Amino acid sequence: MTPEDSRYAKSHEYVHVEGEVGTIGITDYAQKELGDVVFVELPQVGTELEQGDEMGSIESVKAVSELFAPVSGQVVEVNDALTEKPELVNTDAYGDGWMIRVKLTTPEEVDELMDAEEYEEYVEKEAGK
Amino acid sequence: MADESLKKTPLNAIEHELGGKMIDFGGWELPVQFTGIIEEHQAVRTRAGLFDVSHMGEILVRGAEALALLQKATCNDVSKLEDGRAQYNGLLYPTAGFVDDILVYRMAGDDYFVVVNAANSDKDYEWLVECAKGMDVAVTNASADYAQLALQGPNAEKILQPLTDVDLSSMKYYRFARGKVDGVPAIVSRTGYTGEDGFEIYVSPSEGPRLFKKIVGAGVTPCGLGARDTLRLEAKMALYGNDIDHSTTPLEADLGWIVKLEKGDFMGRDVLERERAEGPRRKLVGFEMIDRGIARHGYPIVEGGEEIGVVTSGTHSPTLKKPIGLAYLPLDKSAPGTEFNVLIRGKEARARVVPTPFYKRPKEQSR
Repeated sequence: MTPEDSRYAKSHEYVHVEGEVGTIGITDYAQKELGDVVFVELPQVGTELEQGDEMGSIESVKAVSELFAPVSGQVVEVNDALTEKPELVNTDAYGDGWMIRVKLTTPEEVDELMDAEEYEEYVEKEAGK
Repeated sequence: MADESLKKTPLNAIEHELGGKMIDFGGWELPVQFTGIIEEHQAVRTRAGLFDVSHMGEILVRGAEALALLQKATCNDVSKLEDGRAQYNGLLYPTAGFVDDILVYRMAGDDYFVVVNAANSDKDYEWLVECAKGMDVAVTNASADYAQLALQGPNAEKILQPLTDVDLSSMKYYRFARGKVDGVPAIVSRTGYTGEDGFEIYVSPSEGPRLFKKIVGAGVTPCGLGARDTLRLEAKMALYGNDIDHSTTPLEADLGWIVKLEKGDFMGRDVLERERAEGPRRKLVGFEMIDRGIARHGYPIVEGGEEIGVVTSGTHSPTLKKPIGLAYLPLDKSAPGTEFNVLIRGKEARARVVPTPFYKRPKEQSR
């Protein structure tokens, strides 16, 4: 269920690294918690993000949540499709529902994030609370 | 997710079974959604949805001075009710602030069934008891004696009629009857909190689960609090705790149609009389966003660095597919078309007052 080829932050963002570029979005667990996503606010191309920075917000029908950068990097691409179809975050969180791509500035941060198995354990604990 | 400190309705186990995403709603464990808020919302607008509203409170007001008590404690004219009719009303403090917004059902001339908000039921009961001092009337909190199901949507009558001996086709809006639903005693009323046609069904708690399953089994979409909120907001129905509370009067809340000054004295009448003559200092209005974003409950409305109003409810409207909301604005800035700025997480965003309700059901369906 949780893709093995990505890494995960406690704030429920994933980063999928290919070369020096990381694709960032929110996890399937996070989209389920939020419910129907109706609006995603993302940073502009060129924005420098530090790990943990607020990089935008996501509105579902019932609530708003902040988005945090799981890694440091410069935004090189933003998923414009989400402007018209924010529901892609619900239907394909790890695929077409991606949010931004960053050029990693501190690649070693990726290794400190959770892997799929660790993230699933983390989610189970959170859900049990 | 089982939280032992939360109160549970008789339908709690079924809601878990049906995959309800449970939340704490004013001390009650209730589903915010089953499959998704938008999907459930559309089901109610186009077909039918079923809500568990058993958390709502029921208070019985009976006796020779039952009418006198209700006339004293509320702002609408309860004397206009006939047997089998229900009325939306405001239970008020002497300040004209809301104790609660309520439904009053007249069972008989000396027998009223009052339906109140879950979180307010103890407070309402105590307030009515206080108001009843020295009067020949019995006030009983019967909240634990009823499960309440709300079947809402254009197909509601078609779905419910085969299950009940009450003739629904002749039942008009805000009328009710006692009869049987699926073989058990029930009160069926043509009321709801969605802006659609529909019914609210009161049965004994022990009968609730079977009836809920039966109606869902007939193809009705189980719905949660999330859709209930978006539906009521599109219909501009007030939510206690959001849009109205002890600090707001019915005239401020744009509920002038439930204020009947001519009925005689009642709690808060002098305040309302003055507000009616001079205009309330603020008014609850509907708005749409011009800029992007959703303005939600509690977000301030600002002008030149000053807070001039507040958003009381806000969401994405699944029907209109855009952000809508309700807000208190100064009376002179409350006309449709007036633009204002709301502070969304530190950033000012433009919004516009619009006529309400945001959604009205098609005429041929209304009665």
